[in-house]
Amino acid sequence: MGLEEKIPDSIILTSLDKMVNWARKRSMWPLGFGLACCAIEMISTFAAHFDLARYGMEVMRASPRQADLMIVAGRVSMKMVPVIKTLYEQMPNPKWVISMGACASCGGVFNNYAILQGVDRIIPVDIYVPGCPPRPEQLMDGILKLQEIVEKDSLKKVHEEWGRKVV
Amino acid sequence: MSAEKKTITLNMGPQHPSTHGVLRVKLELDGERVVTAEPIIGYLHTGIEKTMESMLYYKVIPATDRIDYLAPMSNNLGYCLAVEKLMDIEVPEKVKWARVCLVELTRVASHLVWLGTHSIDLGAMSMLMYAFRERELIIDLYEACGGQRMMTSYIRIGGLASDLPADFEKKVRNIIKTIREKMKDYDKLLTENPIFIMRTKGVAVISAEEAINYSLSGPMLRGSGVDYDVRKANPYSGYENFDFDVPLGKNGDAYDRYLIRMEEMRQSLNIAEQAIDGMPEGPYRAHVPGVVLPPKEDVLYKMESMIFHFKIITDGFDAPVGSVYQAIESPKGELGFYITGDGTNIPRRVRVRPPSFVNLGSLPVLTEGKLLADVVCAIGSIDIVLGEVDR
Repeated sequence: MGLEEKIPDSIILTSLDKMVNWARKRSMWPLGFGLACCAIEMISTFAAHFDLARYGMEVMRASPRQADLMIVAGRVSMKMVPVIKTLYEQMPNPKWVISMGACASCGGVFNNYAILQGVDRIIPVDIYVPGCPPRPEQLMDGILKLQEIVEKDSLKKVHEEWGRKVV
Repeated sequence: MSAEKKTITLNMGPQHPSTHGVLRVKLELDGERVVTAEPIIGYLHTGIEKTMESMLYYKVIPATDRIDYLAPMSNNLGYCLAVEKLMDIEVPEKVKWARVCLVELTRVASHLVWLGTHSIDLGAMSMLMYAFRERELIIDLYEACGGQRMMTSYIRIGGLASDLPADFEKKVRNIIKTIREKMKDYDKLLTENPIFIMRTKGVAVISAEEAINYSLSGPMLRGSGVDYDVRKANPYSGYENFDFDVPLGKNGDAYDRYLIRMEEMRQSLNIAEQAIDGMPEGPYRAHVPGVVLPPKEDVLYKMESMIFHFKIITDGFDAPVGSVYQAIESPKGELGFYITGDGTNIPRRVRVRPPSFVNLGSLPVLTEGKLLADVVCAIGSIDIVLGEVDR
């Protein structure tokens, strides 16, 4: 017996936050960028058998300027650190990062001079996917968890993070 | 702009979709022509060789998986054969045949990834989907054997990690049958495809003489018509018992290397079939107390086996003083392990002779003076994997 009953079927009421997040989470564009072993599992996830396109994520972008999700797939060597930092900075806001596999998350089995012990030392990470390398199902689970995060995001919060005033 | 400088420098990679990882190529261009091409490596340097120097002999095996992550079983085999040579261990016949079967299927899996990525570089998008679909079958077999999809560490010093799974034969026969069938589709898609032929024929040519001078191995060498295959030249793991051909090319171009890899896949399936047909019965590990782990079933019921198990797991085993070199024919070429033992339970030095790294050295020969668009084809036809180049 509320206002809703008076509204015709063709009209949907929502908030801007909900609508934008709904659109964002279903059309994420990952950066096509693999480092090591995990990259092969990432390709497997995108390829025929597992088919990530089911979640609206199959458009791998070769350029960071068109991407909003970075999947750090593999071990990060010291020589690669400035490159990854640059790539992250080149991605337009809003952007998310998945750290895929043990090496990217914490150095994995390689605790030595050459490997960065966790990519979260240089860029902020939203989701950590464990495994060496993670199964494609695990990566999908990470992506679905990220979609939950995106769903709960607020435009207001994001704007504040970028240091802009909300009108 | 000054009139003197006619060339421009183009930086390709390390983040580039067709460098197969994090390779960087510094190109000097005169218009569309490549003047110099300089591969810059080290973006995936993991320090694996150094890490190996602080590990017990058997703990090195998981690190070898991650060198060439497209062919983990080949790396396991190369390392284990080298340690077996150093320790003078003779493995049972069944282990040899099972290893050959698994390593040949690994070659098929690695070539499938190469086929998918190489053709996607040249614009044949659907090939990647087909290649990865068939690769999943082999990955399933790995999972049944070692419990992991990629990093199996299934081949161990003196044998295998566990006995072959119960449905091993059924699975392998299914793989052989399916991939033989699908290879016909690949042929229809690519071998006669005019666009593919235009992109690969006469592109990235290397002569037999240059190939030998650059110390190339694998399909890169055989593409130029040099008949050298470690499986035939220095048979290991019982390869002398198998009947197979080594395909050779004539022109040394990308198309010949494509044909060779396709034929190698067929030959590998034949070898795997021979291995599964003639697989002898027997134990899955050599009986060398104190060096090779006793079978898991014995560990639970026999006192001596449990003691040896405990001792090997905690302390490893002492290797004699000396150096060995063992080469195998990995999917990329001659993969060698050079191990120096110093009488302790950790290796003094493990040097890997990576075929990808040596083959990558020929990139300037393949591309200089040629068109920029063919650089992608040249990199693809070398079949590099950056984990192996940088280690």
